[in-house]
Amino acid sequence: MKRRTLLASVAIGLGLALGPAAMAQDSGAGLEKVKACFIYVGPIGDGGWTFQHHQGALALKEEFGDRVEIAWQESVPEGADAERSITQFALQGCNIIFTTSFGFMDPTNTVAAQFPDVKFEHATGYKREHPNVSTYDARFYEGRAVMGTIAGHMTKSGKIGYIGSYPIPEVIQGINSSFLHARKVNPEVTLSVVWAYTWFDPAKEADAAKALIDQGVDVILQHTDSTAPLAEAAKTPGVIGFGQASDMAAYKPAPRVSSIIDNWAPYYIKRVGALLDGSYEQSAAWEGIAGGEVEIGEITEAVPPEVKAAAEKVRDDIAAGTYHPFTGPLNKQDGTPWLAEGETADDGTLAGMNFYVEGITGEIPKQ
Amino acid sequence: MIIGGIDIAVLFASLMVGSVPILLAALGETVVERSGVLNLGVEGMMIIGAVSGFIAAVQLDNPVAGFLAGAVCGALFSLIFAALTQGLLANQVATGLALTLFGIGISSLAGQGYNGIKPPATFALPMGPLRDIPFLGPMLFRHDWVVWFSLFMVAAVWFVLNRTRAGLIIRAVGESHEAAHALGYKVNRIRLLCILFGGAMAGMGGAYISLVRVPQWTDNMTNGVGWIALAIVVFASWRPGRVLVGAWLFGGLMVLGPNLQAAGYRIPVEYLSMAPYLITIVVLVVMSSGRRGRATGAPAALGQNFHASR
Repeated sequence: MKRRTLLASVAIGLGLALGPAAMAQDSGAGLEKVKACFIYVGPIGDGGWTFQHHQGALALKEEFGDRVEIAWQESVPEGADAERSITQFALQGCNIIFTTSFGFMDPTNTVAAQFPDVKFEHATGYKREHPNVSTYDARFYEGRAVMGTIAGHMTKSGKIGYIGSYPIPEVIQGINSSFLHARKVNPEVTLSVVWAYTWFDPAKEADAAKALIDQGVDVILQHTDSTAPLAEAAKTPGVIGFGQASDMAAYKPAPRVSSIIDNWAPYYIKRVGALLDGSYEQSAAWEGIAGGEVEIGEITEAVPPEVKAAAEKVRDDIAAGTYHPFTGPLNKQDGTPWLAEGETADDGTLAGMNFYVEGITGEIPKQ
Repeated sequence: MIIGGIDIAVLFASLMVGSVPILLAALGETVVERSGVLNLGVEGMMIIGAVSGFIAAVQLDNPVAGFLAGAVCGALFSLIFAALTQGLLANQVATGLALTLFGIGISSLAGQGYNGIKPPATFALPMGPLRDIPFLGPMLFRHDWVVWFSLFMVAAVWFVLNRTRAGLIIRAVGESHEAAHALGYKVNRIRLLCILFGGAMAGMGGAYISLVRVPQWTDNMTNGVGWIALAIVVFASWRPGRVLVGAWLFGGLMVLGPNLQAAGYRIPVEYLSMAPYLITIVVLVVMSSGRRGRATGAPAALGQNFHASR
C-alpha cells in the first residue's frame, strides 16, 4: 500500500494552498529536443493505471513528433529500488522524468537533488523538496459523481457495490461521491463496500465482485485497476459496472455502461510543451473533468436516454464549474454537520478525507 | 438458506468454483510427490497453463481447446524439470524454484498483446430441471464441466493410487526407489510420467483461472495459487480425499473474506489471507507430534534423486 496513499492526497491540498506561482524558477530558453522518460509501477499491459500513463507518453510522440523522444521502464518496484531506475534515466540524458506512482516519491526527490538540470514530475505525491520537482494528480471523485448518478438510476435491487482498493482519501472521496449522487436520484439506495487491499489483482477483484453480486448488488463500482470485476459482472445478466482508469471498451455495451478514464495526455503535452518553449515552471497540478484529466467514457445504449442525459448534465455542470460534487447541506456519517447549505468542500478537507458521508453503513477500516 | 446475511448455497457454489485451480494443481502434485519427486514449480506450470490456455482459447475460439492446450503446455513445461532432475540429477528444490521464476517470466512474454481480451465463455452444464431444485440447484447444478472434471479426478487419483497396480508402483518408487529398482521398475521413467501428469494438471488449473475464474489474461495472474496448492498437498498428508477437503477449506477462506465484507462484517482481511498457511502449520505440527513423529505420510524418498549406478 504505497501507491497513492493517505499523505499523498493530504499534501496535494497543502501544495495547492502554497500556490505554484511562488515556486517559479528560471526556466531559460526552450529546448530543441526533449527526452521524456517514464517510470511505471506495473506492466503497460495492466489495462488500467500504467496503460493510461503509457497512452499519455505515446500522445507526446504524436504531438511533438521528432522533437520528443520517449523512454520507459515497466514494473519498477516502489521504494529504494526505484532510485536506481530513476538515476539511470537521469544519466541517460532524460530532460524530464515522470514517476507515475505514489511510492516513487522519496526516490524521485533524492535523485532530483543530484540532477538539478533534469525536471522531475511525480504523480499523486506531495513532496517537492527541490525546485526541479513537480507533482500532479487528478480529481477522480468528479467522475465518480457521474457514475453514481447512473448507478442510482440503473439499480433495480437498490444495492450498489463498491470495490475499494485501500482505505485512503482518494478512494473514500470516490465512495462518498458515488453514494451521494446515487442517493440523490434514488433515496432507497444502499452501498456495500468490499476492500480488496490491492490496486491490481484480477482474482481478488473477481472474488470481491462475485461476493457483491451474491449479496444482490446489481451495480458495481470499482476502484481497482483490472477488468476482472466487469468480467465477473458479465456472467450475471442485469449486473452493470464501469470502466476504471481506462475505458475497458471490451465490455461494452454491457456490463460496462460507462467509464472513468484517466487521461494524462493533456498534462504530459502541456509539461513537455512548456519545456520545449521555455515556459516550464514547477507546479502542483490537481485537475479534473474541466482540465481533461478525468474523462467520462461513452455511455452505452444499455442506459436509457433520460439517464444518460442526467449523467451528462452532471458531467457538464462539473466541467463548467457550476457544480461541485460535494455541495452542502451534507452531514458526516455520524450525523455531525459537515457542509452548510450551498457550501462546497475545500481541497484540504477532500485531500485528507477520512470519513463517510451520512447514509453509508459500515466503517472505514483502520489503516 | 441464509445465515448471517450470507446465502450458504451461493457461498458453497462460489467456493466450489474458486477452489478448482488449487484442487487440480494439488491433485497433480500429490501424484508427483507420491512418486518421490518434490516439484516446487507448480506456480510456474500453472501460469504457463494460464497463458497458453488463454491464447489457444482465443485463437481457436474454443474454451475446451484452451483447457487442452493448458494441460499440454503445462506438461511440456514440466518436462524441463524432469530433464534436469531425472536426467541430470539436479537438486529438485532449486530446479522447482527456478521453474516457477522462469514460468512467470516467459508467460508474461508470451502474453504480450493478449491483455484486455475476452476469452470465449465456458458455460454451465445443462442440468435441466436439476438447476431449479431449491438450495441444491444453485449450489451444485449450475457449474461448468471443469468443476465436475476436477471432482472426478479426485476419485480417479484416489482409485489409481490405492487400488491399482500402477498406483502401487508409483508409491513403491516414492517410498524406496532402491527397492523398486531392485524389483526391476524403471524409477526415473515412472517419475517422469508422474511429473508430466502433475504438469498437465497444474496447467489445466492455471487455464481455469484465465478462462473461467477471472476470465482474462494479466501478468502473474496466478498470484501464489501454486504455493497454496503445494501447502494443500502437505496439509492433506498426500491423500487425494483430503486434498479435496483442503482445497475447499482454502478456497472457502478465499471467497469468505469478500463475502463477509459484502454482508457488512468488519473483519481484518489480513487474518483471512494468512489463515490457510496458519492452518497448514497447525496441521503439520499436530500430525507430526502423534505416533512417534512419522505419521505425516510423507513419501520416504521425497525429494531424493535416483540413479541406477548407486
